Amino acid sequence: MQQLSYFELIGFGPNGWGWALLTATGMTIAVAICGFLAGSVVGTFVAWGKIGGNVVIRSLADGYTTVLRGIPDLLVIYLFYFGGSAALGAIGSLFGAQGFIGVPAFVTGALAIGIVSGAYQAEVFRGAYQVVSRGELEAARSVGMHRWLMFRRIIAPQVLRYAIPGLGNTWQLVLKESALISVTGLVELLRQSHIAAGSTRRPFDFYITAAILYLVITWVSTYLFQRAESHSMRGIRRAS
Amino acid sequence: MDFAFMRDSFFTLLGGVPLTLNLAFMSVALGAILAMLLALMRMSGFKALDWPAQAYVFVFRGTPLLVQIFLIYYGLGQFRPTLQEWGLWTFFREPYWCAVLALTLNTAAYASEIIRGGLQSVPHNQVEAARACGMSGFLLFRRIVFPIAVRQALPAYGSEIILMVKATSLASIITMMEVTGLAAKLISQSFRAVEVFIVAGLIYLILNFIITRIIMAIEWWLSPHLRRPPAIEPRLEAAHV
Repeated sequence: MQQLSYFELIGFGPNGWGWALLTATGMTIAVAICGFLAGSVVGTFVAWGKIGGNVVIRSLADGYTTVLRGIPDLLVIYLFYFGGSAALGAIGSLFGAQGFIGVPAFVTGALAIGIVSGAYQAEVFRGAYQVVSRGELEAARSVGMHRWLMFRRIIAPQVLRYAIPGLGNTWQLVLKESALISVTGLVELLRQSHIAAGSTRRPFDFYITAAILYLVITWVSTYLFQRAESHSMRGIRRAS
Repeated sequence: MDFAFMRDSFFTLLGGVPLTLNLAFMSVALGAILAMLLALMRMSGFKALDWPAQAYVFVFRGTPLLVQIFLIYYGLGQFRPTLQEWGLWTFFREPYWCAVLALTLNTAAYASEIIRGGLQSVPHNQVEAARACGMSGFLLFRRIVFPIAVRQALPAYGSEIILMVKATSLASIITMMEVTGLAAKLISQSFRAVEVFIVAGLIYLILNFIITRIIMAIEWWLSPHLRRPPAIEPRLEAAHV
């Protein structure tokens, strides 16, 4: 058999893996975005607990961020992957179902990423909240805004503005963490490269392609976050 | 919750701690040397040195560690005949050395930015004062620049070390039986994901707690100028005379 050239291998021709790799890149982006958004929801509530909670809630929130930032992400993914199936199996057996019920790998992955990145995003949101001027919060309260209205009109827009750089860093973490989801069998970029490497016996070519595609995603998202940051800061006068 | 099972798995997983620490220590130590080199390259002022270092940092920080590990462990297998010819195959055949190499290259990229930040934070007047005293070259670096830079960079380097301890868990994917590897094996044997997760998580938390304490102690030791001078205790018996 004649050896395919690198570009035939990753191209879109009859023997090329181009479409498979592009689809898998889309899957990586999709699972990363879902995980990131799940993390934003978790992070918002945890940050709220850290800022406004009573002693019990605050120590729970502190414990959450300490624990989730102190243990490997891979362990969390294993917990969701194996633990989720076990939990579903237990629920299923209540309704008379038999045997192993698998959780969809996409849901497992997005949830695991969300739980981990929620811990990081909580710290980002908390830091950003501290920049919001106390006077504005008092002013909002003095004109009679309720908590939800104050959150929507005063807190959320400003916290988001100051959180953008931190969120950008967290997004990069999430993107790289999404590669770990490949252990659950979700066909994202790394998994697809693994499959292609196995079937063509050209592992280096495919992993280097995966690395390049990850770099492209990183590069584009860095650019987008920079755009978002300068857009959100357009009304702010800065020192220097 | 089965506490007897958890106690047993705690002792099983403890067996993975030496390998976890070994991987983390090796890669942090080797990575620090490479990082120092990269930081000096970036600060050298020569574009021919600066640009390769920048590209290195961009590539290794922009791709997932797992891709780097696969690239080294599986990917280099594609060049097996060449590597065998050069006598490097015995090195790249071992998952341990592949893991150490990938972790080292990865941490060097992050650490070089931390070191660069530390070196750049050294106030210029300190350097001027040292020059005025007649120090230059290596003496200036060893006595003035390096200690101040280390003090500045240590907190950030501490979190990088914690990240490396967590990152060693990826070595389990290429068959290394460290804590996470043993945990995965235990889960697939017993199907008790939650219990094993709690025990393995606890081990990592203990490790990271100890490491943060050590780094805090070094920080304390390096910054005597920030502490109040020890108060001289008034002699008690004198007050009653």
